[in-house]
Amino acid sequence: MRALDRKLLRDLWHVRGQTAAIAAVIACGVAIVIMTFGAMVSLRDTRDRYYERYRFADVFSQLRRAPLQVAARIGAIPGVAEWETRITRYAALDIPTLRQPAAAMLVSLPDGGEPRLDRIALRRGRLPMRGRDELVMSENMAAALGYAPGNELAVLLNGRKRVFTIVGVALSPEFVYVLAPGQLMQDDRTFGILWIDRSIMEAAYDMKGAFNDVGVRLAPGASEPEVVRRLDALLARYGGTAAYGRSDQLSNAYLDQELGQLRTMAFVIPPIFLAVAAFLMHMVLSRLIDTERESIGLLKSFGYTNREVGAHYLKFSLAIATPGVIAGCAAGLLLGHWMTTIYQHYFRFPFLRYEIEPVVLSAAVALSLAAAILGTWGAVSRATRLAPAAAMQPPTPTTYRRTLADRLQLGRHLSMPTEMILRHVERWPLRALLTISGTAMAVMLLVTLFFFFNSIDELVDGFYFRENRQDLVIGLVDPRAEAARFDIARLPGVRAAEPVLQVPARLAHGHLSQRIAISGLDADSAFRTFRDSAGRGFTLPGQGIVISEKLATLLELHGGEGVHVEILQGARRQATLPVAAITSEHVGLSAYMERGALARLTGEPGTVTAIQALVDTAARAELTRRLKAIPAVATLSTREQAITALRETMARSMTIVIDFYIALGAIIAFGVVYNAARISLSERGRELASLRILGFTRFEVSYVLLGELALLVLAGLPIGCALGRGLAWATARAMETKLFRIPFAMQPSTYGIAIGIVLASATTSAAMIAWRIRQLDLVAVLKARE
Amino acid sequence: MASRYNDPMDATSAQHDPPPAAVAFHIHGLTKVYRSSLVEVHALRGLDLDIHQGEMLVLLGPSGSGKSTFLNILGGIDRPTAGEARFRDHDLARMSDGELTWYRRDHVGFVFQFYNLIPSLTARENVALVTEIARRPMPPEDALALVGLAGRADHFPAELSGGEQQRVAIARAIAKRPEILLCDEPTGALDSPTGVIVLQAIERINAELGTTSVVITHNVAIADMGHRVASFANGRITQVVVNARRQPASSLRW
Repeated sequence: MRALDRKLLRDLWHVRGQTAAIAAVIACGVAIVIMTFGAMVSLRDTRDRYYERYRFADVFSQLRRAPLQVAARIGAIPGVAEWETRITRYAALDIPTLRQPAAAMLVSLPDGGEPRLDRIALRRGRLPMRGRDELVMSENMAAALGYAPGNELAVLLNGRKRVFTIVGVALSPEFVYVLAPGQLMQDDRTFGILWIDRSIMEAAYDMKGAFNDVGVRLAPGASEPEVVRRLDALLARYGGTAAYGRSDQLSNAYLDQELGQLRTMAFVIPPIFLAVAAFLMHMVLSRLIDTERESIGLLKSFGYTNREVGAHYLKFSLAIATPGVIAGCAAGLLLGHWMTTIYQHYFRFPFLRYEIEPVVLSAAVALSLAAAILGTWGAVSRATRLAPAAAMQPPTPTTYRRTLADRLQLGRHLSMPTEMILRHVERWPLRALLTISGTAMAVMLLVTLFFFFNSIDELVDGFYFRENRQDLVIGLVDPRAEAARFDIARLPGVRAAEPVLQVPARLAHGHLSQRIAISGLDADSAFRTFRDSAGRGFTLPGQGIVISEKLATLLELHGGEGVHVEILQGARRQATLPVAAITSEHVGLSAYMERGALARLTGEPGTVTAIQALVDTAARAELTRRLKAIPAVATLSTREQAITALRETMARSMTIVIDFYIALGAIIAFGVVYNAARISLSERGRELASLRILGFTRFEVSYVLLGELALLVLAGLPIGCALGRGLAWATARAMETKLFRIPFAMQPSTYGIAIGIVLASATTSAAMIAWRIRQLDLVAVLKARE
Repeated sequence: MASRYNDPMDATSAQHDPPPAAVAFHIHGLTKVYRSSLVEVHALRGLDLDIHQGEMLVLLGPSGSGKSTFLNILGGIDRPTAGEARFRDHDLARMSDGELTWYRRDHVGFVFQFYNLIPSLTARENVALVTEIARRPMPPEDALALVGLAGRADHFPAELSGGEQQRVAIARAIAKRPEILLCDEPTGALDSPTGVIVLQAIERINAELGTTSVVITHNVAIADMGHRVASFANGRITQVVVNARRQPASSLRW
């Protein structure tokens, strides 16, 4: 081995603490990029394969009732490759162990076998036998309720209780995300999917030789809008509620949104991490090499060329960066697999395909190594630009100047060590700036990450307390007469009740259109408060339509303009309504109308689909028991339940990642401060030892070094808070989707927590440096010039 | 100034030195000005001197008189502001950085006051650092043996005394068989007996290898070992004296 390489190895060993800190920072940056991108790509691939393998339909339509002969005409539509008809219904369930009512969507399975489209992935058990009272339960519900094949389940089939045996548990690409009608959040205990033999459904619902639900798979190259149009035309007279493609299929839309959010998270946060890590490595390496100035001069005086010297220090940097990059890759792959597995359980995909794109891997590696090389390059070329004689001058006293504090005559109030700190900072503004910006970046990352918890709180607060005052939403099995409201209001414990009517509709403005559900509420509803973009509250006006901000943006609509409304059920009536107001909401695309006006538009006046109520807390248990006994009640969702469900969903999808990011943010904070302090120590060891010899105590000497560090860290904190606020805002905007908008509500405590973590990291590294200062060998430092 | 140079063979010398023949360095009007934002420091103010091949030249003078600047220019680690500095056919004043690098690599050996050993390398490895890039080096062990340190080759600088460290530095400087050996206060950090050992090593290299040697000192006693002594003051050479009677390093005391 060459002597220069031996020097390299020994030098590396000498700075092993710093090496480890730098390697940790870069490993975090690389790991987070690989983890997130790996998980994102793997989930997308898994979903695509899942859809393909289980033959997820491309176009869907529900209708009232059509004879099976119509099916052949569906197949004749150009562009339709395959089709499957079936019977679907909502039904109440009787689950004795559950306090609240539960419901399910019943889906027919073709006689004696698998459907051609929207196949189910049996996880346990078998399919129901023909004509038997057997069913397959969705895995989500079975897991939530603790059901397994062999258990029995009472289903209210067309109002009559019938006991089925659970023979299987399954997943379906169609129901990755399951939402009970009128509900905002998935609750697997109270709503699920049940697959039942078709002959049973036919008999129970008088659907012999008929169907009310159809799925279509498009031929390659077929036009979806065209097929949708023709399917609509065909099914209109059978009570079709307008066909739709995958983008409007509920489960797929939610899945798309979640993957979209993951994707945004992957594109926004990890690259920032990697950039910060790269920046820090650049900073630390260049300072480390600055301390090698003398060695560089010496090597040059021996006749080593700039290239040879540069190559040597490049090796040095790469030897520090490479283990970090390798560790980051390994950790990223492992964590990515772990994260994908968590998401697999969350989304309940029947299988998992974990894969990392080589381009992601190589981009992360290349960026990290490039940062290392650039950092080295700058420092080495600075050193080699000096004539070797200058590089080897005995450490000439650096030209310090009187500081601003001196010039302002504040100096006399400051102690000499404090003066030293200030002059040092003024003398090396760039170095000070690097430490400040490193600290600021760590704070920035943490503030941005903690912001997400703030936004979830804000979301809950806004939706469940400020905008919606009802404690209870009672979902009805079928649309009922308005009088149902009085039946509910009479129950003990109900203080007030208001009916709700939800109707599927298509809203159009020019060439833009969106398929949504219009909620019909009482005018001036006491339960529902709307807010405009300025935060001013208003109640539902008696005329026109109120739409959410996001919907207004998508349709390019403004207050007062007309919007074309097509009701997607019954007589499919159409009308143009004025936009009465635009409401600021964070979840979903919504539209609201006065209930009477909406009912008239549908042609079925006086119907309601749900009742919302204000309830006495004390009477809640009894009320729930009584509601459960009413067959017309399909679902019951309380505010607490909904909030819990929302938080659980958030916890599973978002906070797993965020917790992880926060840990990495803390590591980065530590890496910055420790390295800044450690390098300062090696740059100024001689000076500090001299002070010790002059009679300064260890504490006073530590103060000169750590006081400066504290000053710089403190300066970095507010900058980090400001940057974090900006980044949080930008991230929130970037993560906005069609169905979900992150409210920007930064709690002051967020800054406190971020600052606390950085200060804790800084204190830890300061303690480690203080220990090193205690170990300073005074004699050795002064004797030689090294 | 060359005119004041006398062939040592003509002088009554205690030693049988090889006759210094051709001119190794030709220096004419050498000027060096350091400019900082605040001040201009005239380190050299027009030097004239020829240094002969195989000669041992001692540069004597107080701190700040320009000795080190002169030595650095001879060694190609600094460049003059004006004037002429030639080593044989090399014009040191006009060579590029790259050319100076090769000049140092091929011709020059340096010894510094503070040794400048790499602390993370052993004595042998410190020498190897230079022999690895030299054209016709001697084995590091031989170089260490020349300075009497054959037995200490595997010690780290921290495990060596100051005198030993300086001898390693000399071994490192001569291992490439340089034509020029430049020593900046080689004994400045050493006590008298240790310093004598180091000077003996330099004397031996000069005598046995015929290396042109330039030694900086502010210690008048050391001047006695040179063929000639150039006295520096205020950036000028005030006088060049030929030692009528060179003293062997072993007889020096201070």
